Amino acid sequence: MRKNKLFLTLFVSLLMLSSAAWSDDAEDNYKNYCWQCHGMTGDGMGLNVQDMSVQPRDHTSAKAMGGRSDADLFKVIKEGGLAIDKSVLMPPWRDSLSDDEIHGLVKYLRKLCQCG
Amino acid sequence: MRYLFLFVALTVANAAVASEGMVILQKRCVSCHEISGPAAQSVQELWQRKGPDLFYAGSKYNAEWLKKWLVKPRRIRPAGHHPIQHIQPGKKRDMVDTTTLRPHPALSPSDAEEVTEALMKLKASAEMMGTAVFKGGSISASFGEMVFDKFNGCMACHEIEPGYGGLSGPEVYTAAKRYQADYLVSFITDPQAWNPKTPMPNKHVSAANIQKIVQYLQALAKENWDEKK
Repeated sequence: MRKNKLFLTLFVSLLMLSSAAWSDDAEDNYKNYCWQCHGMTGDGMGLNVQDMSVQPRDHTSAKAMGGRSDADLFKVIKEGGLAIDKSVLMPPWRDSLSDDEIHGLVKYLRKLCQCG
Repeated sequence: MRYLFLFVALTVANAAVASEGMVILQKRCVSCHEISGPAAQSVQELWQRKGPDLFYAGSKYNAEWLKKWLVKPRRIRPAGHHPIQHIQPGKKRDMVDTTTLRPHPALSPSDAEEVTEALMKLKASAEMMGTAVFKGGSISASFGEMVFDKFNGCMACHEIEPGYGGLSGPEVYTAAKRYQADYLVSFITDPQAWNPKTPMPNKHVSAANIQKIVQYLQALAKENWDEKK
């Protein structure tokens, strides 16, 4: 009976693992979602900038990033540029990232700018 | 009895023909493409997939386009399937390292036909498709561009003509030739339902504007871009 319970628990755990998307670490998320515009080094000179009407923020600049609170950064990642009266080009990532992953990205940004 | 035998023989023959494309898929395509699903559940898993998932190809591609493209493949994503694997820092911005991009293998016309037939049988689930469908209609290219670019910022990642627009996403000026209109509506409505780790965000575009965007993509696809290139 105990064996059966153990198998059932293992089976349910595996099922949950296979059906739920993983929570990715901040560096992987930064590469997957942010690099395309903010650049490989985070300097705002990403692959897509050539024809953009508004240049992406330089995440390595303490001056550009220092004025933003962690709450602002969380909000702009989750809800997009328009949520803080900035560009529509910055999309909302709430359907791609969990709140925990967004908090992870905010910490990652603070490391890049060495500010805050 | 004779008719029953004929029916069974025809059914078996038909199944053999239908499976020919699947044999080619298994032999030549599965090392780069997922044909059984599910979609990648982590970013690392996503990056290991060398080409787009095909387990819902029959709900995504236009068969006529697919058949032709497999015979004469042409790059659709300027920076490859996963741009992070093909870019390097440049003087003014990150640049595509074209030496790392590999061409898609070409199939013979008969293989392309078989493979297309097999792929068109691979359908998306109802959860992926959702309920939104394309309702038809048309839009001028200039108004369409406003909806696509100014209102929703989609050009940040997508080229709307060769050499104009973002490079990380696939070109969109041929999107309506490649993809079924209902798929485009569904994918823009909820990209994560198709691929939880796609770098394409859900921009929560209004249902009315998604219709306009697909109309715009159809207007763009009317141009003969191959001739213009």
